[in-house]
Amino acid sequence: MATQVATKSVPYKEKAPFDYTSYIRKGKLPHIWCPGCGHGIVMKSLLRAIHATGLPQDDIAMVSGIGCSSRTPGYLDFNTLHTLHGRAIAYATGVKLAKPKLKVIITTGDGDALAIGGNHFIHACRRNMDMVILVYNNYIYGMTSGQSSPTTPQGMIATTAKYGSIEPTFDTCNLAKAAGATFVARGTAYHCQELEKTLYEAIMHKGTAVVDILDSCPTYYGRFNKVKGNSELMVIAEKEGTVSQVQAEKMTPEQLQGKLVRGVLHKTERPEYCEEYEKLMAKAQGK
Amino acid sequence: MKKDKQKKFMQGNEACAEGALYAGCRFYAGYPITPSTEIMEIMAARLPKIGGAFIQMEDEIASVSAIVGAALGGMKSMTATSGPGFSLMQEGLGYACMTEIPCVVVDVMRSGPSTGYPTGPSQSDVMQAKWGTHGDRPAIVLTPSSVQEVLYETIRAFNLSEIYRTPVTILYDEVIGHMREAIVIPELGEVEVVERQKPSCPPSEYKPYEVKNGKVAPLAAYGEGYRFHVTGLYHAPDGFPSGNTKLIQESNERLVQKVEKNKEKIWKNEELYLDDAEIGVFAYGVSAKSAKFAVKELRSKGIKVGLLRPLTIWPFPDDAVEEMAKKVKTIIVPEMNLGQIANEVQRASKGQCEVKGIFRVDTDPIHPKQIMNAILGKPVEATIIPTEIMIERDMQDG
Repeated sequence: MATQVATKSVPYKEKAPFDYTSYIRKGKLPHIWCPGCGHGIVMKSLLRAIHATGLPQDDIAMVSGIGCSSRTPGYLDFNTLHTLHGRAIAYATGVKLAKPKLKVIITTGDGDALAIGGNHFIHACRRNMDMVILVYNNYIYGMTSGQSSPTTPQGMIATTAKYGSIEPTFDTCNLAKAAGATFVARGTAYHCQELEKTLYEAIMHKGTAVVDILDSCPTYYGRFNKVKGNSELMVIAEKEGTVSQVQAEKMTPEQLQGKLVRGVLHKTERPEYCEEYEKLMAKAQGK
Repeated sequence: MKKDKQKKFMQGNEACAEGALYAGCRFYAGYPITPSTEIMEIMAARLPKIGGAFIQMEDEIASVSAIVGAALGGMKSMTATSGPGFSLMQEGLGYACMTEIPCVVVDVMRSGPSTGYPTGPSQSDVMQAKWGTHGDRPAIVLTPSSVQEVLYETIRAFNLSEIYRTPVTILYDEVIGHMREAIVIPELGEVEVVERQKPSCPPSEYKPYEVKNGKVAPLAAYGEGYRFHVTGLYHAPDGFPSGNTKLIQESNERLVQKVEKNKEKIWKNEELYLDDAEIGVFAYGVSAKSAKFAVKELRSKGIKVGLLRPLTIWPFPDDAVEEMAKKVKTIIVPEMNLGQIANEVQRASKGQCEVKGIFRVDTDPIHPKQIMNAILGKPVEATIIPTEIMIERDMQDG
């Protein structure tokens, strides 16, 4: 097995010039996302972050499940794998263990990662295999036209929550941290430059990195919840519903009520799975 | 003394692991389940020694997913399970068929439905192995019936999966899995091992699903310069999704036809005394062991009975059954389910003879005497097991 790509902590530097066309597959656009959807913005931040890492495109595998966000890999010029609903992380585990030199980036949604794929999500965090899990969190199942998801806020409307959702929600970051992820961060599509830096750090991190990316679905979530499909209003919600870590430190618990904190929320070091497996092999071989 | 060294006394599950390693399997992902777990345990011990990867996944869905991911990483990969796990793997098997990723899935059958009787044998997944996933799909399913055969058929499974770029299932049961027999482990080079074809064209020209001369393109590995797309959606030769109805029709037909058109190369049967047989027995897996004993026993007494034993159950050996049906008056199908393959035999025999089943689902193997009774036209007794053994087993259950 080949050795890992070095991903030591290097400060983020914007690399110029940045050329989209070298990352987007020829003839694969336009994308399927609705007007007002933030997925395209996240894709741009992701590409800029990847560009800043300097990783060759051949060394990146992008894996997804099923859903709107999972269509991302199809547009991008990497080793790309569009899998089954909820199973992106499991496929990615196979790819990574078979070819540890690859940097594996998973694009998944709140339903894909936290409902049907919840088991794979927590076990990936526990294993700490080097992979980046990007949860495009728009509080709803977009591709199937607006059903409630594990992150739909209580009281909000979805086609399967006609009278308002009564289910408590998952906090992606708390879940990831509790399950053992060594890098946990949050960003939004609105704060796209900040997101770019966060994604850069996530990619450079060695171990399982989870980024909860708050995003908007004006077509369904917005329309059902009296935002009238106005993507601008939804973006303002991303802006006003979150605070940066610097801001959060100056705020009282009362002021923080109902706000989500952006930035790198948790970062620690733990043995990475593929490296541990290399050691295990050496042990088995009596080396 | 070299020859003696290769002789081993082992159980079917061990032989399966040996066969996989011989065939070049270097990736195993799995989840523990009786009666297949020994395969996983052996792979956990052996793979790290030879630079291969082993991982215990969180469930069977993850296991079948991981082996497909690993195959894209360039490794020959496998998983093994039993009924409940095999049920969970069905969607992933469909994905491997659709994306044409070679891999091997072993199902050591146990009694079902549901948890059933985990430590008892069964042959009740034969239809699931063919139709378990949604959609029309190609199915190659092998049914070894001895420990030695498990080894050879595992190697053949890997070879077929590489040749046709499709997942291959090996079906055997708890008896074959746990029974110990003396077997010979072939020396390297003695049995053919098909290596994965790699593309030779420049990456810019690579189309992972391009069909040339009826054969799908070689599968590149990730990270080796060929940046391609894989999806479970219907896709064009370049791998990208397509909603073109003509393409969908043709793609689905091609997927199924790539096995159907090559079935003569995939079929493998053992035939015994069929030339002058008046009664035929069609049996596979553990039931074929009893059938062979019964047929030989009655032949020695001058009864004109023959045996057709498929080692490839899917694609179904239609031609061999039809041929047998022309010669015999009756075909007897002993199987450890309630008639899954007997119906196929009925279909393939095209009304040329009578088809009779011996269906046993009490988790004890079909006794040769039951088959002999059926051949002789006597009533087939439900169970032929000494009472004291039954009592002992019941006590264990408690």
